[in-house]
Amino acid sequence: MPKITVDEDVCKGCEMCVDACPRQLIALDKTKVNSKGYHPAKLVKPDECTGCRSCAIMCPDVAITVEV
Amino acid sequence: MTVTFTKPHALTDIPFHYCPGCTHGIVHRLVAEVIDELGIEGKTVGVASVGCSVFAYNYFNCDMVQAPHGRAPAVATGVKRARPEDVVFTYQGDGDLAAIGMGETVHAAARGENITVIFINNAIYGMTGGQMAPTTLPGQITQTTPYGRDVKLAGYPIRVCELLSSIDGVASAQRVTVDTVKNVNVAKKAIKKAFQYQLEGLGYNIVEVVSTCPTNWGLTPKDAVKWLQDNMLPYYPLGTYRDVKEGIL
Amino acid sequence: MGEKVLMKGNEALAEAAIVAGCKHFFGYPITPQTEVAAYMSKRLPKIGGVYLQAESEVASINMVLGASASGVRVMTSTSSPGLSLMSEGISYIAGSDLPALIINVQRGGPGLGGIQPSQADYWQATRSSGHGDFHMLVFAPSTVQEMVDLVSDAFTLGDKYRMPAMILSDGMLGQMMEPVVIPENRNDKPPEKSWAACGHQNKREHNVVNSLYIEPHVLEDLVRERFEKYSEIKRTEQRAEEYMMDDAEIVIVAYGASSRVSRSAIDAARKEGIKVGMIRPITLWPYPDKYIGEAIPKAKVFLVVEMSMGQMIDDVKLAVNGERPVEFYGRTGGVIPTPREIHQKVMELAEGVKQ
Repeated sequence: MPKITVDEDVCKGCEMCVDACPRQLIALDKTKVNSKGYHPAKLVKPDECTGCRSCAIMCPDVAITVEV
Repeated sequence: MTVTFTKPHALTDIPFHYCPGCTHGIVHRLVAEVIDELGIEGKTVGVASVGCSVFAYNYFNCDMVQAPHGRAPAVATGVKRARPEDVVFTYQGDGDLAAIGMGETVHAAARGENITVIFINNAIYGMTGGQMAPTTLPGQITQTTPYGRDVKLAGYPIRVCELLSSIDGVASAQRVTVDTVKNVNVAKKAIKKAFQYQLEGLGYNIVEVVSTCPTNWGLTPKDAVKWLQDNMLPYYPLGTYRDVKEGIL
Repeated sequence: MGEKVLMKGNEALAEAAIVAGCKHFFGYPITPQTEVAAYMSKRLPKIGGVYLQAESEVASINMVLGASASGVRVMTSTSSPGLSLMSEGISYIAGSDLPALIINVQRGGPGLGGIQPSQADYWQATRSSGHGDFHMLVFAPSTVQEMVDLVSDAFTLGDKYRMPAMILSDGMLGQMMEPVVIPENRNDKPPEKSWAACGHQNKREHNVVNSLYIEPHVLEDLVRERFEKYSEIKRTEQRAEEYMMDDAEIVIVAYGASSRVSRSAIDAARKEGIKVGMIRPITLWPYPDKYIGEAIPKAKVFLVVEMSMGQMIDDVKLAVNGERPVEFYGRTGGVIPTPREIHQKVMELAEGVKQ
């Protein structure tokens, strides 16, 4: 099952990954605030992830790891 | 499970200080991925310039030299001429490369200096708080063009790839952007070519990356990407302006 | 030991650098030192070295920075207006703890000035070669042979202390021809530079050659460390020549071209029984104040002779510290004083001393 891992302390909540995901599977987790004061990104529909890496490719902070 | 995407070895673990959504981070990663794929980290020396990317020496795992503002091509020349077997790259913004450093840029290109220049064009001076750059668009509002850039007073933007493409010492001059996944992949190929051509000793290589500056443009990262697509790409068309191997001269 | 040959100052400098293991030269033509570049452009390609004519002195000094950062011995050469362009680069070189040899063949200034010799860049060399708290080693040759010898020292000490070094020459020394012995390839192996940015070959952590230290106390600590090094240098590396100093009551202090002219004046005055001698600084930084200090007890007056409006006189006054009067004789704008003028000044002072 492909999945992404977001390094929550590196994420700056810029939402480039949110826009990049072709299936809109990512959103900012408004229930969390990281040490920099941002809401980190979260894979909210993990079952639908295809491991396409679009999110990781667009992430300016190299915060996303992708596994298949 | 196999990891299919992770941080390249040529990047350190130090988190980037760049603003949220700043495309510097994407380009740093692409350069590091190319260094990994070509297996050249051990013989690469990067030259950091002055601008938002002044701390680039903290982010790359290869040897790094910090240059004065604008002088990176000259510093790179010194390194490359002393250590021709090393791979030398500079990483510069629009003020560094096209304002204070324009002389060094043009002459390194004219000498066909066998280096790779990564040029981040975001039409503004980021580090100092959003002043006009040589690539600021006509009508664009910046801290020092608060009424919009008036070409009668402040002149016209410079198209660096076009300018340098007339110089015989240039092996490759490519303009790319990083607004979509597709374009990021194209940008990476261009950066790889710019390093590969250095390995082949072909001359001066520049990759101009049309980039965003959400903070100083006063836009969200998403809106900044849109602004880039609507305003910058028409003025700075993407493409290959010079490629000695492909016969684009 | 090499054979004795007749060489022009500028060319002897260049040859001496090559013998000292410097194979990289980046420079820009400017009168009166263009012979250094021209000589290097002929010699370096023949020995596998790099000669590159840069597009300006700004580019030259930055190429020097890059080459030095990568761990090789490197030099540039210029004259006064070109040195002003190098100020930024020199500050960065010093702030990055890099060695480099910079030659300044001084000419009349300020501005475009003239092309005749002067010594009006003393302050620039010893006080303000660039922004920030730092020093560079400054050597002042007075003969072509000394040019040769000091080049080697400049590289050795520059590498040892990790700081830039300058040879402060002038148009007269650069253009004159004298017999000189160029040492054979010295066993002066440049030291290993483990700090250099030359490619880590996957064998060590990456090196960063840098002058940016954004935390104030980190920068202060680093600068203080450098100044401890400078104190050590001031203690151990002062050099000067003493000429007829055993019983000197009038002490001329002069370097470079003005020391040569002063020497003739001293010889003439001595024939008339005047007790005059000279302290000739060979290092301008560190300033040889020890030698001045030792001369004070017997001296009645110091006479500083410079081809400027008086710049080194500041350092003489500091060293004399109010113990004796310090007089000045100078010409500027490219005018070289004659022995007669200096002799006359010495005679005036001798009258004063008698009273």
